[in-house]
Parts: sequence; structure tokens; C-alpha cells
Amino acid sequence: MGIVSRGFFGRRREEDVKLPPGQYLTHDFPVLSAGPTPRIGLDRWEFAIDTELGETHRWSWPELLALPSETPTVDLHCVTKWSKLGTGWQGVSLDVLMENVETGAEYALAYSYGGYTTNLPLEDLLDGKAWIAYKYDGDDLEPRHGGPARLLVPHLYLWKSAKWVRGIRLMNEDWPGFWETAGYHNYGDPWREQRYQGD
Amino acid sequence: MPRLPWRVAKLVEIRQETATARTLVFQIPGWPGHLAGQHVDVRLTAPDGYSTERSYSVAAPEQGDRVELTVELVPDGEVSPYLLEILEVGDEVEIRGPVGGWFVWRPDHTTPVLLVAGGSGVVPLMAMIRARRAAGSSAPFRLIYSVREPDQRFYLDELANPDPGLDIAYLFTRKTPDGWARPPGRITQADLTGASTDIDSYVCGPTGFVEAAADHLIALGHAPDRIRTERFGPTGG
Ligand SMILES: Cc1cc2nc3c(=O)[nH]c(=O)nc-3n(C[C@H](O)[C@H](O)[C@H](O)COP(=O)(O)OP(=O)(O)OC[C@H]3O[C@@H](n4cnc5c(N)ncnc54)[C@H](O)[C@@H]3O)c2cc1C
Repeated sequence: MGIVSRGFFGRRREEDVKLPPGQYLTHDFPVLSAGPTPRIGLDRWEFAIDTELGETHRWSWPELLALPSETPTVDLHCVTKWSKLGTGWQGVSLDVLMENVETGAEYALAYSYGGYTTNLPLEDLLDGKAWIAYKYDGDDLEPRHGGPARLLVPHLYLWKSAKWVRGIRLMNEDWPGFWETAGYHNYGDPWREQRYQGD
Repeated sequence: MPRLPWRVAKLVEIRQETATARTLVFQIPGWPGHLAGQHVDVRLTAPDGYSTERSYSVAAPEQGDRVELTVELVPDGEVSPYLLEILEVGDEVEIRGPVGGWFVWRPDHTTPVLLVAGGSGVVPLMAMIRARRAAGSSAPFRLIYSVREPDQRFYLDELANPDPGLDIAYLFTRKTPDGWARPPGRITQADLTGASTDIDSYVCGPTGFVEAAADHLIALGHAPDRIRTERFGPTGG
């Protein structure tokens, strides 16, 4: 336990839910991005999976919507300390998108319209752990929250859930993304409080 | 890379900035130094072990083991009222950092810079202005600082006599000083015109402000990858 700060008793504990260490509960949906919000026309939108063998699988917007979707309800944990519980999404599971993708890669780099990147082990995208999400709370995903579509990987800090996702590159080697090269943790497990490099 | 450790930070000085904001100067033995624009995490712990953390931007460039934060009151908040109303000189909290390697300005950069602040978003931008002065840099700087009312401006005395090459424009969203030409209102594209687009921009403040200001800059032809943003909170003006 840290040193006690004189006169501090805390106000939030009545909410008494189990949160990862250092997180607090919010009912808003704050926004965190390193730059401006990109606007992407749906007619030009596409999502791609590029494999280490040089193959590319592509989906247009109508093709993505035509795939079977799921409606996960998940908790979000942002590295800037807020957590938001029980958020409702609609999107396509990465298991569906990966179904016909032949790969032996262990690592993935998600990349976005606007240039953002984030890396994670491929296994963290599979087995019902990740989605390409296009609806939030029943509505089309707003641009500021990553619309038209974002990666959703709720078991890791939210910066891994790349907004405005454009594709995922599968690789034999790990390749640190945007925040991962700017001092943030390579993996980002909120329950182990892996916020910054070395945590 | 070793873990960023929690360090004991002792409050050594308080400066009241406005009725609802104050600058807190902490002394942190072993502080590794930081860059203008970076932030720290502050942790408060209650006697029964309950603890909570929030992020705060550093308000001044590196100065040994002294770290300055400026905190604005969020009514009903858990941490900011404590830092503003309860913490006294001599009290201790825990701080770790510095954090963030993107929203930073380095004194060897000579490119012209546009700083756009909404409310307490001025804090990391003030660190950049002060770092520029400390380094004797002549990079042209322009600060556009939006607040609700005139008496909500931080660092007023210091900014009243700007450093050479630093240009300052205030925007008021609710109430202006007497005789002010621009009517009160939120930031518009017109407020951001005039500058060349060959500049690096840093935009900081509440989410809605940052979204609006960054959108205006893009509409004016600024390259998105030269606009760096930091969003402090969900709401506000
Ligand atoms: C990278 C970063 C840097 C920051 N730098 C600064 C800084 O230099 N100075 C500073 O004063 N703050 C800064 N903040 C905001 C700060 O971290 C806290 O969010 C803020 O002090 C409120 O904390 P609280 O515990 O008092 O309120 P909470 O108990 O967290 O929140 C109380 C209520 O207020 C809302 N709220 C939370 N934060 C804000 C906000 N910023 N504006 C309006 N409403 C809010 C919450 O949604 C909630 O409804 C920074 C945030 C980030 C992410």
C-alpha cells in the first residue's frame, strides 16, 4: 500500500465494483486519441488482413456488414484511469474474419485510417476475444469513438482497440505500435496494471 | 526498461491561479526529469488502503526535483477537490512519471508552433512556453487560449508580458472583458486563420473543444499528422 495522504478518504467506494488496479468508474464515454478524428467515407472504406505470406484479404463496407455479427457487452479500461462497465457493441468477431486466412504468424499490428498503429499477439485477437465493431449502444459508431469501425479488444487497455481500423498485419515478429513506442506497455493488461514500459 | 516507480512527492509551494485553480509545486527526490507536454500520475491513498489515481500535466519544464502541476476544480470530483481544498504545504502524495512521448515539445525544434488551449488544457502548453523561454529558443509561438470568462485565465501575470516571438490571443466563450471586439462564443475557424499551415499544432483541453479545434485546423488545410492532441476530460467548455 502507498503512503497515506493526510485527509484523503475517497469518495468513489460506494460504487464498490471490482475494477482493475488504479482505475475508477465513469458513466461518460471519454475520448482519447493522439490526433484529430479522421473522417472516412463508407464508399472508400475497406478492412484488410495482410499475412506474413504476402496475401491480403479485403472487405468493403457492405461485405463487412453482410458477415454474421455478434453483440458483445464488455467492460472498457482506459490507461488514463477510467473504466466504463457493461458497454454494448455490435461487430464481426475476428474469428469470422480469420476463418479463411492461412497464417503461422504470432503477432499482429492493427493499423488505422489516420496512421495510428498498435500491436498485440495474434492469440489475443482470436477465440471470441476481439471484434471489428461498427455499432455502439445500438447506434452507428461515432467518428470520435472510432467509427465507422474500430477494433474492440476489451481485455486489454483501450488503446489496443484501434479506432478507425483499416487493417491488421500478421507478422512473425512483434512490431511496437504508436503508443508502444511512446513509453506505453507492449501488452497492456489492465488487471496487471501494465500501463507503461516496465510495468 | 525498469518500471516507473511511485515516488513520494511533498508539496512545497502553492500558487492560486484563479478562484477554482491552483498551481502545486512538489519536491520529488530522485525525479528523473521530463519534457514539456508530458504528464504524471498522482496517487492518493486513504488510511484503510483505498487508493485512486489521476493524470496531471506538468506545468513547467524540468527544474531539478521540483514538479509543478496546475489543477482546476471539477465539482464533485474525487481527486481535484482534495488537491485544491485539503492538500497543504508539507503534505505528501505519490507521483510517478513522466509519461507520454508524443504530446511533447523539444527545445531544439525551430518550427513555428501553434498552441490551442481550452480551459485547463493550457497547462502542458504553458510548460512548452516556459521551456521555450528557458532554452532561449526563438521558434515562433502562438497561443490561442479559450476560457469561459476573463477571470478564469491561468498564468495571467506571466502571460501579460509575453516573451519575444510569442503571440497570445484569448477567446471567451461566456463573458468578455469590457469593450472586447469578439463576441463571446466557442472557437471557430476564423479564430484559427491567419497562420501559415506549415506549423506544428498542439491542441489540449476538454474533448469537445479538442475535437472542434482540430476539425477547424484540418478544414484550414493543416496536415492531420502535424496536429497533436491531448484530451483531458469528457465535458466542459
Ligand atoms: C493526460 C491527462 C492530463 C491531464 N492534465 C490535467 C491538468 O493539467 N490539470 C487538470 O486540472 N486536469 C488534468 N487532467 C484531468 C484530471 O486527470 C482529472 O480527470 C480531473 O482532475 C478530474 O478528477 P476528479 O477526481 O476531481 O473528478 P472525478 O471524480 O474523476 O470525476 C467527477 C465528475 O466530473 C467529470 N470529469 C472528470 N474529469 C473532468 C474534466 N477534466 N473536466 C470536466 N469534467 C470532468 C467526470 O466524468 C465525473 O462525472 C488531465 C487528464 C489527462 C488524461
